[in-house]
Formats: sequence, structure tokens, C-alpha cells
Amino acid sequence: MRQAEVVIIGAGPAGLAAAKPLLDVGAEVTLIDRSAMLGGQLTKQTHMFFGSEKQHASKRGIDILKLMVEAIETYPNLTVLTETTVVGLYADKVVSCVKDDHYFKIQAQYILIAAGASEKSLPFENNDIPGVYAAGAVQTLMNVYGVKPGDRVIMVGSGNIGLIVSYQLMQAGVQVPLLLEAADTISGYLVHASKIRRLGVDIRMNTSIKRALGETSVEAAEIWQLDENWQGIEGTETIIPCDTICLSVGLAPLTELLQQAGAEVKYVRELGGHVPKINQHYETSLDAVYACGDVAGIEEASSAMISGHIAGIEIALKAGYTVANANDILPRLRHDLRNLREGPHGEKIRIGLKKLGVA
Amino acid sequence: MRIDKHPILDFSSRKKIRFTFEGKEQYGFEGDTIASALHALGVKHLSDSIHKKRPRGFYCAIGNCASCNMIVDGIPNVRTCITPLKEGVDVRMQEGKGRF
Repeated sequence: MRQAEVVIIGAGPAGLAAAKPLLDVGAEVTLIDRSAMLGGQLTKQTHMFFGSEKQHASKRGIDILKLMVEAIETYPNLTVLTETTVVGLYADKVVSCVKDDHYFKIQAQYILIAAGASEKSLPFENNDIPGVYAAGAVQTLMNVYGVKPGDRVIMVGSGNIGLIVSYQLMQAGVQVPLLLEAADTISGYLVHASKIRRLGVDIRMNTSIKRALGETSVEAAEIWQLDENWQGIEGTETIIPCDTICLSVGLAPLTELLQQAGAEVKYVRELGGHVPKINQHYETSLDAVYACGDVAGIEEASSAMISGHIAGIEIALKAGYTVANANDILPRLRHDLRNLREGPHGEKIRIGLKKLGVA
Repeated sequence: MRIDKHPILDFSSRKKIRFTFEGKEQYGFEGDTIASALHALGVKHLSDSIHKKRPRGFYCAIGNCASCNMIVDGIPNVRTCITPLKEGVDVRMQEGKGRF
């Protein structure tokens, strides 16, 4: 069996941020990702980040990714395993993997789960036919591979992903005539909503999709208005021609590995679903198994970078390394994270973390 | 359905990669996954579901949901949304759980 001091599962913003402080102290780090590329969701984020300069605000996600990879790639104590899927995680810290159709196991001393999240779907008739895609998946298709999902897209959901992907679809030359929101308010940042509205996107509140039409792929969407209990109102249906329906209806933390290993999880709606119970050091209920980033509760990339940074330092300290200025850096990072969670858009996270008992 | 012009990204001058889909020669570009190359060719229907044989395309594009599983070089259940396109691969639609 292979040996590794620290195994980080997931090389997105959280995993990459965690690797740096560990590599700095000389720990042997194995970074695993099922994709061929490092960066997770940063690979497709062509928009500029908000927030503080410390989290690279006003830089594009794809450029932040380059900086994060450059910061770690030359370390001799780093092993990168891409196109590698972790298929099993055990409480004795054995990580089983598949790469190139080959199965192998790694015995780790410390494990950090930074697996991120997956996009949710929405129940409606024909929601399984080709052309009904997750909004983030369409963002990947366009911004990583240069392929348009179709010519005419209806977006469902007004969170930041729905708003930003609508804009990026138009940047790629795709029409977005309509964005539907079941609630009566826009859930993402108004600045993003105003931007796409100016470009002609009709944003309709209290409206959702009733069914997709099409045999082997989407040809139209039937939409309808919702009442105050989010039930469709008969007689308000309209059929809108389109070849793609994008669902931007939230994310669910990918906690399967943690659950398999027996880590304690709790269902917290505000954090996106089942999340691990972590303590203030980002350690789960399993000794030396940590979790950070979206897998520990859905936020966004800036928070994932900070929680990854903290988790990386915490693991280094637990492993007995001396981290220079840890007593200054850790409180500062925790302060930055609290700042990101301030205001009305952070309310859900604050409630969720309270329910989980880590706030 | 390739993006021709983009204000931020440049997808020009990438090497062509030949492969076959359902036995017919096609090509994609370096950096593509199998699913992205097929989508660019207008192929959205990648497999048929296990019980009701309903058409399936990709959904998550991160290798999580299994909606894009296809038969690649004879191996079923390949997650084509995260599998890089390689020269000469044989890609086929998958019915249900697939067969070796």
C-alpha cells in the first residue's frame, strides 16, 4: 500500500489553499482530483471575484487558479494525482482510488476532504432529457471547452450562479431570453441581476418550469406562475421555445466519502444538505480526518480558500510542525471568514453554522 | 456549436483530435473531454436509461451524476464529461448498464 502523510481529496479552491501551508512546513502532501485539471470550479470562473484583496478580489477565477497552482507546483514534497477518483474512505485512514482503470490504496496519516459539491436538480416532467443541464455544467462546457450548450437557453434560478452563467452565455453568443425565479426576490447579488436585465434578459419572479418539451432533446419549456406556497397556478402556462434549460437551483455537499468512513454528519438545509460535524479546527468526528470548503457547507470560492488555508495550518499544527506566525494568521483568517459571512447574503450560512454548532 | 468569438477566452489554434463515434470518424480538439467534443458536434443524446430507455445527456460535467456514461474502447460506464478526448478512441452510446 502507498503511504502518504497528508492526503487532500479535491483540488479546488479549498484543497489548493490547504496544500500550501502544509507544503511550506515540509509535510508530504498527496493531492487527488478526479478531473484532469487542478482547480475545481475555478477552472471555469471567468468572472472577477468580489470580496477582499486577500482573497484575490477583482481577479478572474481562472487567473486566481494560475496563482494558486504556481504557488505549490514546484514543491518536491507534493504528489498530484489527477484523473484519480477516490472510491472509498475508511476510518483507519485508508483511501482507495481508481486511476486509468487501476485500483490502489493509500494509507494516510491525515486526510482533508475538500470534495466540494454537486449541483441539484429540480422535479418537473421530462427533467431528464438531454438539454436540461446544471448551470455550472454549462459554464464548464463553455468556459473550459469552448462549446455552446445551444442557441437559446432558459435559466431557472436567480442565485449568483444562475445570474453569472446567464451573462457568460451571452458572452459566448448564446441567447438567454428568460430567467425564472420561484421566489418573489432575486437571491443573488443585484449587481449581477441588473447587468443581465440591461442586456435584455426577462427576469420573472414567482415563476417556474412546469415541464420540458422534446423527444430526444429539449425543444421548448412550459412555464407557469407560482402562488405564495410555490404551487403552480393552472391557466398561467406559456410555452417558450428553447434548446437548453439550465438549472441553477442550489448545490449539495459531496459528503459520501465522509459518511462511508463513519464521520458524523447532520442535515442542515441552510448549508445545502448533509454536512460533517466539524470542530473549530475543521476536524470531523473522526480523528485526523478534516473537511473544508463546500463539502462542509455551501458558500463560495473565497470562503473555500480561507477555510482551506485554516484547515491546512490546523493539520500542520496537529502533525507537530511549527507554523510561523500561526497565532497571528489563524485569528486573522477566521476574522476574514466572518467578514465574508456578514450582511444579508451571509445570513443562511450563519444560521446553518449555528445549527451545526460550529459558529 | 463551438464558441467563435469570446471577450475573455481564446479557443483558437488547438490541435485536432480524431476519434470515432458509433463507428463514424469525427474530430474534436485538444483540451476537450469526450462529452464536450460530442456536444460540439451536436450530439447531446449519449445513452439510454436503464429501465425506461429514456434518452440521457450530460448533466453535472464534474463526473458525479453518471448521466453521461458511454462505452469507450469497449469499456462501459466511462464518465465522458471528465474523460479527456484521446486520439483514436472508439466512443459508443450506452444502453442501460452497458456491456463489455
